[in-house]
Amino acid sequence: MNLSHEFGSALVVCFAAIFTGNILLTTFLGMCSFLSVSREVKTAVGLGTAVVFVMTCTTILNWAMYWLVLVPLQIEFYRFILFIIVIAAFVQFIEMVIERYSPPLYYSLGIFLPLITVNCAILGAALFMVIRKYTFIETIGYGFGSGAGWMLAIVAMAGIRQKLAVNRIPQGLQGPGITLIIAGLMALGFIGFTGVLQAQ
Amino acid sequence: MSPAQPKLTARSVTLDALWYSNPIFRQILGICSTLAVTNLVLNTLVMCSALTIVTGLSSWTVSLLRTIMPRNIRMMVETLIMAFYVIIVDIALRAYWPEMSRNLGPFVGLIITNCILMGRSEAFAISNPPGISLLDGLASGAGYSAVLLLISLVRELLGMGTLLGMPMPFFAGPHWDKWIIMVMPPGAFFMLAVAIWILRSLGTTAAEKKA
Repeated sequence: MNLSHEFGSALVVCFAAIFTGNILLTTFLGMCSFLSVSREVKTAVGLGTAVVFVMTCTTILNWAMYWLVLVPLQIEFYRFILFIIVIAAFVQFIEMVIERYSPPLYYSLGIFLPLITVNCAILGAALFMVIRKYTFIETIGYGFGSGAGWMLAIVAMAGIRQKLAVNRIPQGLQGPGITLIIAGLMALGFIGFTGVLQAQ
Repeated sequence: MSPAQPKLTARSVTLDALWYSNPIFRQILGICSTLAVTNLVLNTLVMCSALTIVTGLSSWTVSLLRTIMPRNIRMMVETLIMAFYVIIVDIALRAYWPEMSRNLGPFVGLIITNCILMGRSEAFAISNPPGISLLDGLASGAGYSAVLLLISLVRELLGMGTLLGMPMPFFAGPHWDKWIIMVMPPGAFFMLAVAIWILRSLGTTAAEKKA
């Protein structure tokens, strides 16, 4: 496979991860933080940015670890532990770097970083990347696309929920209930993208 | 666990995990890794039993180790314990039921990041003896599974007209238009919202009656 072809397929994978196979709206990964941090657009953008960054970097790191270390040693079943450790170590490392070199960024993004360690979407992206056997360049596209898709969903949701704050909602439906219904409607909208791209 | 009940009996722990602090509709925890497989009852059943087993056993292990575990690295240790059990489940599933393993895809591995596991370990197992922690883990898993099974029953019945793969009398017939949307992702969102709505409304009326 030549390089330009591979970049093309990476682009397709990236758009597919944002629109047709949005990690939040089609596989429900990262729901916990999606439900709890989507009250304000500002915080949603902060968390979203952190997720895009961490997801892109960790899927790349995990790709390298999986195909260059685990597969040659034939210990693929350790991948869960390895991925978790890579993600946790990366987040910890980034937190220290940001704190040292960019205090303003640390104050705006820093609080979200620990949250990300337990965000299932990050691990989910790594596992999907292994199962779908993406090449290295496709992995970059996939990691970035998944993160961007997640961010798109949470920012859109936060925007809607800000407007929703003034509405009267049945008591049992307040909070998570109505958020899930809106997410369902968003997922419905995103189904419209199916057919635009035929990857995976 | 409310501070009003200092005595932890097997009954109170089970009831609490199953109903009063049910992971799904009370705490909205851990829906991430399982909701995606609720379009078929069989997948949900397998996934939920895996989750229940892992939650119970990791609670039990965390509780056994609670006195010798250094406090500042306990999260890491807990995660490794969970990963250990998840790996066992994953390998067993791949060896004995490869087809199901393929269907569930990455979601078995995602049990590790399911918030219920960490939640039960941190909130319960870390400060309680092993026996009751095992029970608490299993009951939390069961309370969680009950809601998801309910969701998957409705989704498969309305969306495919089958239950556990077997065609159902009315819904598989030609006069029933299958609700394809139910087996697609939006169906899961709607069903979960409706389940939470109903169960929460029931819960509030019960609490009002008690008061």
